[in-house]
Amino acid sequence: MTGDHQTLALILFSVFVAVTLGITTWVSRHRHGSAEEFYAGGRLFSPMENGFAIAGDYMSAASFLGISGLIALFGYDGMLYSVGFLVAWLVVLFLVAELVRNCGRFTLADVVVARMSERPVRIAAGTSSVTVSVLYLVAQMVGAGSLVALLLGGTSEAAQAWTVIGVGALMVIYVSFGGMRATTWIQIVKAVLLLSGTVTLTVLVLVRFHGDFDQLLLTAAERSGHGESFLAPGLKYGGDWTARFDFISLGLALVLGTAGLPHILSRFYTVPTARAARRSVVWSIGLIGGFYLMTIVLGFGAAAIVGPEAVRGSNASGNTAVPLLALDLGGGAGSTGGTVLFAIVAAVAFATILAVVAGITLASSASVAHDLYASLRRRHAKPRSEVAVARTAAVGIGVVAIALGLLARDLNVAFLVGLAFAVAASANLPVLLYSLFWRGFTTRGAVWSVYGGLIPAVVLVLLSPVVSGSPESLFPGVDFQYFPLQNPGLVSIPLGFVAGWLGTVTSAEVADEAKHAETEVRSLTGAGAV
Amino acid sequence: MRYDDPWYDALASGWGEASGDGVPVRATASARGEREDAAAAAADVYLEVQRSAAFQEVRSRYRRFVIPAGAAFFVWYLAYVVTATTAPGLMARPVAGAVNVAMLAGLGQFLTTFLLTWAYARHARLRRDRAALELRWDTQELTRGVRGGVL
Repeated sequence: MTGDHQTLALILFSVFVAVTLGITTWVSRHRHGSAEEFYAGGRLFSPMENGFAIAGDYMSAASFLGISGLIALFGYDGMLYSVGFLVAWLVVLFLVAELVRNCGRFTLADVVVARMSERPVRIAAGTSSVTVSVLYLVAQMVGAGSLVALLLGGTSEAAQAWTVIGVGALMVIYVSFGGMRATTWIQIVKAVLLLSGTVTLTVLVLVRFHGDFDQLLLTAAERSGHGESFLAPGLKYGGDWTARFDFISLGLALVLGTAGLPHILSRFYTVPTARAARRSVVWSIGLIGGFYLMTIVLGFGAAAIVGPEAVRGSNASGNTAVPLLALDLGGGAGSTGGTVLFAIVAAVAFATILAVVAGITLASSASVAHDLYASLRRRHAKPRSEVAVARTAAVGIGVVAIALGLLARDLNVAFLVGLAFAVAASANLPVLLYSLFWRGFTTRGAVWSVYGGLIPAVVLVLLSPVVSGSPESLFPGVDFQYFPLQNPGLVSIPLGFVAGWLGTVTSAEVADEAKHAETEVRSLTGAGAV
Repeated sequence: MRYDDPWYDALASGWGEASGDGVPVRATASARGEREDAAAAAADVYLEVQRSAAFQEVRSRYRRFVIPAGAAFFVWYLAYVVTATTAPGLMARPVAGAVNVAMLAGLGQFLTTFLLTWAYARHARLRRDRAALELRWDTQELTRGVRGGVL
């Protein structure tokens, strides 16, 4: 790591920050301050624009750096993440995107409350959305901190802390001044940058092996020191049965969690119709699928060209594999090409974190203002504009995320993301699917299904080896570990579904036929959609 | 009486509100009792549309695609994850060169995802969109009628 890399990376990153701040100012010139504009960007984005923005929201630094790193270290087992992250989009496409676009206005709760008594359901859905968003935000903040530590060479605590604070401040500025329109354009710019960077590196890897994928795999397997088994599952998750169940749990959370992520759901409201929502998901599946295919090449490429020893030597969890690969592909340390490629990769990774963080902050401020504040404020309190509340909420969420990001900076980023997915799949997905498809679903069922997924998911994490009882946990000194798995999905997702069913069959309330008819007709035809 | 084509109309009528395109809302509709009657009548509209043959056809076309396709990819994905964790020996069996069963299965997941996306989009475009659009139009016309917007 030389001074040249740092200077160039910092310059490129400053350019990105300047461009995004420019977008924010430019977009907020004609601001009217309506909720439609702040939460949904005026609903006039094209499917292609929204497809890029969804891809930008979804492809986090955890995927770009984390998955390639896992593949470089553990071979095939890292690839299982790529598959789960992509297949999840079929759930979104088939069951969620069009129907949510047709039924809702701004948030997940909008879809559910159309059939239920409003207040308790809004509070429940708002709480779980904010929980998921904050977990995901913390993951990105921790990622930003460790990326900086890595790029600026030293592991200076102060540099990490200031990065987390800086990222938090920028995201608050983007969201509270630019709303959904600025956030969407930032996502689009970031998606284009990330995809171009990934394509360039992938092409360079393939050129190095003369287009022979087979040769790439063989070299990777040979250099890894594991031989054939590097190309088969089992190196990371093949140990005891706890590890295997842990992986199945993670796989379930990945595939079911995407459809419950609030910042993904809110993206469907930025296009005019359900048909446009569908087409934007088709675009994003193409972009995301291509991206994850390329991370596989990059991961095996890093194993073959850089070698797992060098990767592990730089960062124990493999997060630096791609920057190191870029350095080598450009001509090695000290060469101009290597310096430039390394700086580009670093700047793209920063940009990725900033954009993802802005998207999540916007979604969670919408949940706070539109769901929680609207339901919890005193009836006779002076009514305030919802958008003003959402702007304040963005600042509050920024502060909370910065604080938690500083506290949790030693936790593994991929784990935190997996956790956010598990909570989303347990608390948000059951209530969403039940209210769209189950005729007899009631208010109590909705409330139980949210809390019945949310509480077990959070409690099981607190009792898991992540928090206590093992040398790598958050509190290694104490031991209150009663649940063996790191990811709670395998238990908490079924619990969310069971709780929703139980609440419905035990409640005295009879589901309103007319309301169900309204939801069904509206969701499939788009009648009365905003 | 003119209705905009809802697919291209970004800000169509709101939830239960009469849209403003030149249609005056009858002044008496603001009287409380009448508004509740109108809401009840609008609820009847949705029940009526739900029972109509056209809607049942759209719904069953949607379900006939989504349920089997959804079940198929979910089972295929679960089978992949469970096999990868419980039977690594099977997954490690070589097929051609360095490519083994695991690699083919993983790339197969990508392939089936792309294929199902294409099939779903095509099915929705050819088999559902037109009928759903007509239903949307009719439903909005009916609700507007009972809310006192249409002469």
